[in-house]
Amino acid sequence: MRHVLFATLLAGLLSSTAHADGFNIMPESRKMEALLARSMLAITNSHPDQALSDVDSLLKINPNFKLAQLVKGDLLLARAQPLTTFGDAPHAPQGRVADFRDEARVRLQRYQEKLPTTLEPKYLWKLNADQHYAIVVDTSKSTLYLYENDHGTPRYVTDFYITSGKKGADKVSEGDEKTPVGVYYIRSHLPKSKLSDLYGDGAYPLSYPNVWDRRHGRNGHGIWLHGTPSDTYSRPPRASKGCVVLANQDLLDIGKVVQVGITPVIITDKMVWSDAQDKSNRESLMHSLEQWREDWSSLNTDAYLKHYATDFKTGKMDFSNWVRQKKLINSGKAWIKVKLSNISIFSYPDQPNLAVVSFDQDYSSSNLNNRMKKRQYWIKHGDQWQIIYEGAA
Amino acid sequence: MSMLDRFRQYAALCGGILLLGFTLSAHADVIQDANQLFKQKQYDHALEKVDGFLATKPKDAKARFLKGLILTEQGKTDKAIKVFSALTEDYPELPEPYNNLAVLYAGQGEYDKARVALETAIRTHPSYATAHENLGDIYAKMASQAYDRALQLDRSNTGTKTKLALIKELFSDNRDNIVAQADTAQQPATTSPAAQPAPAPAKVVAAPAPAPVKVATTTAPTQPVAAPAPVKPAPAEPAAPVKTAANSSADVLKAVHGWAAAWSAQNVKQYLSFYAPDFKTPHGRSRSAWEALRYKRLTRPKYIHIKVSDAKVKFSDNTHATVTFREGYDASHLQSSTIKTLDMVKSGGQWLIRKELARN
Repeated sequence: MRHVLFATLLAGLLSSTAHADGFNIMPESRKMEALLARSMLAITNSHPDQALSDVDSLLKINPNFKLAQLVKGDLLLARAQPLTTFGDAPHAPQGRVADFRDEARVRLQRYQEKLPTTLEPKYLWKLNADQHYAIVVDTSKSTLYLYENDHGTPRYVTDFYITSGKKGADKVSEGDEKTPVGVYYIRSHLPKSKLSDLYGDGAYPLSYPNVWDRRHGRNGHGIWLHGTPSDTYSRPPRASKGCVVLANQDLLDIGKVVQVGITPVIITDKMVWSDAQDKSNRESLMHSLEQWREDWSSLNTDAYLKHYATDFKTGKMDFSNWVRQKKLINSGKAWIKVKLSNISIFSYPDQPNLAVVSFDQDYSSSNLNNRMKKRQYWIKHGDQWQIIYEGAA
Repeated sequence: MSMLDRFRQYAALCGGILLLGFTLSAHADVIQDANQLFKQKQYDHALEKVDGFLATKPKDAKARFLKGLILTEQGKTDKAIKVFSALTEDYPELPEPYNNLAVLYAGQGEYDKARVALETAIRTHPSYATAHENLGDIYAKMASQAYDRALQLDRSNTGTKTKLALIKELFSDNRDNIVAQADTAQQPATTSPAAQPAPAPAKVVAAPAPAPVKVATTTAPTQPVAAPAPVKPAPAEPAAPVKTAANSSADVLKAVHGWAAAWSAQNVKQYLSFYAPDFKTPHGRSRSAWEALRYKRLTRPKYIHIKVSDAKVKFSDNTHATVTFREGYDASHLQSSTIKTLDMVKSGGQWLIRKELARN
């Protein structure tokens, strides 16, 4: 407890270096989950006394942990009479009990399956120097992973239990109660004072729908990371209208390290880990990106335009418009210099040949200079990576 | 722990108890008087007597126990808690004060404290049935609280409400009922007569007379202990009102002896045939649950001998009688003696048991 407090103070005092100091400790939620899992295992191993004592210490930490209350009810009732089922509360609504059962299963699984903390998720190909942390959400495991940026490569920090959309992942339309799958960013922060109690201790709206979503006709809005109501410690694995929901303390912990407009949040419905093939894929994209910069800088317009796919689109401009415009502009230049910095690359979940590339572009030419933050979507057609979207980030 | 070891422990405990009983005997009449007053609900007078006695014998367990009961009846819960709590410190081997403490805590909604007290009572006295029964109720109550918290059940939910009411009833009003249950079921606990009263806290007290039925089971030793001196004596007295109707006192006694013989023979079927269809099962158990329990209690010991003595029959009308007697229980695992009261009804020419109370 003292350590948590200490870490909090430290994070507050040294916010600029929070990424270095914020997460040296295991979040309390992990300890609570371990206690719950242990007590559930103790039940199956016929150590009900141990189980009850674990649940009791858990509830001392947070009496609003409703699943723990249910397990406690079972453990106590078992002393008075034989149990007939998990969550043997008389008159319990069956739907609620089924939710608890799901949460118990998911949390037990999280506890028992050692998460591969030494692997890198396939999605975090490159973090830029400003991105101190990255978030990957795996809805299939009700887990949010937090990674720290270690010189451009992700290093596992911790993970949290989360609730996602009632109807699953891969959101398509407004009101479908699904969580979107894709590459998003934290767009803003809404403090508790501006929210109803449903959202708990704060919210971080995400950038859904992104360019790719829109291009595929996906709509809806208001996909947030947010907390839980004040009388509830955690919600069932699938219960939100599409948001990713964390325990309040976890949300606050994450709040210490996320950066509005900068921190990427990649949501998948099945975590894939990076392998050799994935790394070579990444190398080839980075090579293509550099090639694109060189071809543009050298005013080799034909070679430059070959980096764009025929289904390229930006705003209302399609590929042929783009070609016409770029040819026109480049023909008026005596020279061009393009420098890229702060490059980040995220490969897209569920789309093996799609990647989101962002960078700071420093453009100078014989008649115009400009600096901008740019975002491109690259897609791999056959062996070749090509740009299908390009715009300001 | 083997049964033998356990029995030795009891034996040791008993010895201590006997000693206790002995020292007390000199002033037993004062305590008896106080107990009489208590039973007559003259709490102020009873308290006066007990306090007078305690002025000279401040450590006396029986007197302090009775004082705790009186305070409980007077609704002075905090004071009663102090008395019982101090008793558990001075006499940690006695389960009764723990049990009563638990009932008081439960009455205040302090289920965790109640649970701890009852678990302690059971630790010192593994066979203490009343504590087991009460603990079962506490667990059920705590379970329902936990469930309510888990499910955020609406208080208007009828199911939940009913359940709560039931539990409250157990602890507040139906003392007789409790006692009865306790007796029957438990063998263990009951120990000696005295013990019994204690267990069921307040209620118990009230009902001392109904002796712990089957006590038998338990550790005989306790009896002495049972500190709550009052108890023992009491039973006999009440019984006294012998207003035997000329008619069929012998018939009633015949049924009682038949019942005791079936019990001694460990013939469950025959034993159960002495109970009326509307027999008031202890603890509101279902008839089948109660029968199952009796089956266990009758068949488990290697042998059982039940001795009925000092039986007195009192008729309220031609078909209703109350029999009070001393029941000696001698079984392979324990011996005890209790005062038992059977409410009997004549049905189809047979005298059947409608209610069974035990106490010491």
